[in-house]
Amino acid sequence: MKKIFIIIGREFLSRVKKKSFIITTLLVPLFMAALMVIPFYIQGIEDTEQKIIMVIDNSGLAEQALESAGDLTFIFTPTASIDSLRQNFKKEGLYAVLVIGETANNAPVSLTMYSFTQPGLSVQTSIERSLKRVIETEKLKAYDIEGLDAIMADIKTDLSMKTFIWDESGKEKASSSILLMGISYILTFIIYFFIFMFGMLVMRGVIEEKANRIVEVIISSVKPFQLMLGKIIGVASVGLLQFVIWIVLTIGMVIAVQNFIGGDDAANVMVQNAATPEAMQGFAKATAASDIFSLIGNINFLPIIISFLFFFLFGYLLYASLFAAIGSAVENEADTQQLTLPVTIPLIIGLFIMMHTFQYPNSSLSFWASIIPFTSPMVMMARIPFGVPLWEILLSLSLLFITFLAIVWFAGKIYRVGILMYGKKPGLKEMWKWLRYKN
Amino acid sequence: MCDFIILIYMNLLIAEKIVKRYSNHLALDEVSIAVPKGGIFGLLGPNGAGKTTLIRIINQITAPDSGQVIFDGRPLQANDVYHIGYLPEERGLYKKMKVGEQALYLARLKGLSQAEATEQLKIWFIKFGIQSWWNRKLEELSKGMAQKVQFIVTILHQPKLLIFDEPFSGFDPVNVNLLKQEILALKEKGSTIIFSTHNMASVEELCDNIALINKSKLVVTGGVEKVRRNHGDNIVEIIFHGETNALSQALTPAYSLVSQKEHNGLQVANVKINEQQAANHLLQQLIPHVEIHGFREVIPSMNDIFIKLVS
Repeated sequence: MKKIFIIIGREFLSRVKKKSFIITTLLVPLFMAALMVIPFYIQGIEDTEQKIIMVIDNSGLAEQALESAGDLTFIFTPTASIDSLRQNFKKEGLYAVLVIGETANNAPVSLTMYSFTQPGLSVQTSIERSLKRVIETEKLKAYDIEGLDAIMADIKTDLSMKTFIWDESGKEKASSSILLMGISYILTFIIYFFIFMFGMLVMRGVIEEKANRIVEVIISSVKPFQLMLGKIIGVASVGLLQFVIWIVLTIGMVIAVQNFIGGDDAANVMVQNAATPEAMQGFAKATAASDIFSLIGNINFLPIIISFLFFFLFGYLLYASLFAAIGSAVENEADTQQLTLPVTIPLIIGLFIMMHTFQYPNSSLSFWASIIPFTSPMVMMARIPFGVPLWEILLSLSLLFITFLAIVWFAGKIYRVGILMYGKKPGLKEMWKWLRYKN
Repeated sequence: MCDFIILIYMNLLIAEKIVKRYSNHLALDEVSIAVPKGGIFGLLGPNGAGKTTLIRIINQITAPDSGQVIFDGRPLQANDVYHIGYLPEERGLYKKMKVGEQALYLARLKGLSQAEATEQLKIWFIKFGIQSWWNRKLEELSKGMAQKVQFIVTILHQPKLLIFDEPFSGFDPVNVNLLKQEILALKEKGSTIIFSTHNMASVEELCDNIALINKSKLVVTGGVEKVRRNHGDNIVEIIFHGETNALSQALTPAYSLVSQKEHNGLQVANVKINEQQAANHLLQQLIPHVEIHGFREVIPSMNDIFIKLVS
């Protein structure tokens, strides 16, 4: 037992002391913070150059619609010809020429813009929007409806749905499926990336020991199984340390930047970047900032955190031991591709099902995928924030645990034979044969 | 019973009727060896004979299908790995790790505390004149240098039994000599050493006892001198002065001439003693006929025995 700690210690320290570890550990939060903050900066940069737009208005409506404001200046020249404007365009430093057609009944208003360079999209949409509003109002007015303003004020409607979840005792709690989705999104992706990244790291570590020919020296002191487990746990602790540093540094940097810029705007931009735009727009509209806190308060985090830790841990151990078994069978990384496929496929399938689960957390596909051990760490985590009966979680966890024991045993057998095999590139069939070797 | 106790007392390691089968071949077929305390035991055999399998069984890397290993008077158990030092044929160290760090790591896996290991390592690094390597990564060292580190790591925990599998591969002649001296010094200090090699010259030089394994079976085992003598064909070499055929005419049917050649004006003849005759008797027969300059028993080299038994 003492020896396994010596192994964990080496696996941990030899990786943590590497320059590449220190660099990635520090750079990733910087990158993440930049990803959150830079869009805000870019959005904040405004084009302050004055844009002069000559307007030939045939509708008679444009003058009340288009007001010179900010960087836009509209000059109305009803009599000028397009040709003369084009000739003087550069001399007078114009931005564009806008021609507005007549407003005939029910016919679309023709709106044409001429320029030597492509006019900006924001200029186009703002002109379109202003004109549309004025024309619509004018048309409405033409119907001569009494008390129109009152009617309009009455019609105006804001919609936002609040969802409540009943519990068994008959109480109701406000929930927000978008917030829940955000949480499960993050947790599931953490599980997926952790398994993938650090499972591969375990595999590479095993290959390194085999290629260096140190493995026989070591297993004359420790059992191969101890070496395998020590490596898996050592790598996991490196990963955990890295995640903790990432989270702390990212939060720290974001807070620092927020304080520096001093803006709720920054937070808004971050929120928008953190999730799909449509979902978040809805979310932002539906929920005032104070609501978010009450929502967060309503979510019972303890079961989420506990199940996250369990699924995270055993999911990783399950896959990492498979990766270790593969590493033991080959002598260099190039030979692993064919062998890693059967291991990575369930992992990727789990990720796809997880996407489906966000929309249909209680579908039968979601249910079964959250029970079957190879996909359950991801799919169950995606379901849990939406509320899953306890027996399902317990069933899924026990199946995961039993499978983990079986897989570690199975991987240990392959590993023990594999690390001493040199010279041939084994296939899955060969590895299957190793399982039946006695000690 | 009494014999058995003496056998256990005299031998540090006894392997009894070890059988190991892999799915498609038999690696060891009832192989028994006894390694006496305090000597160097040569484990010989061609590639694929089963030497490495036997060594791995002694190191508890694999388990035998049947048969048992007795170490220091009782059946081999898990903690015995602390009393065994093993230098495998397929050996190496972490390339990216500092020499001192990995030597410490491997020593701690052999049960030494951090402090003990550091102290012992310092002594050995000074002895080999390699103190300056402590903080260098292994990949910066030459192969021979790495082998020295590997050797130190193997013997550092002062094990009762040392197992060297082809220890000299990768060393230049100067370092081979250094290593031989160290191995002999370890023997002087009372270590028991199992030494597996193809190099028969070093077997004669170093080993007290040997076991020869071929095609999964034990072919011969015993003291080196005894094995050599047993495999001699009872041939004596006679150097004499006289007529070319003087010797052949003097021989009685109990002796037969194997070969004869002239060397520096003297005749050198190999004579086989066919029956249970004493060499003295042959001399008595010859003295009246030829002038004897030299007379010695021809003992085959380990190399000859190896080739004869294996092919």
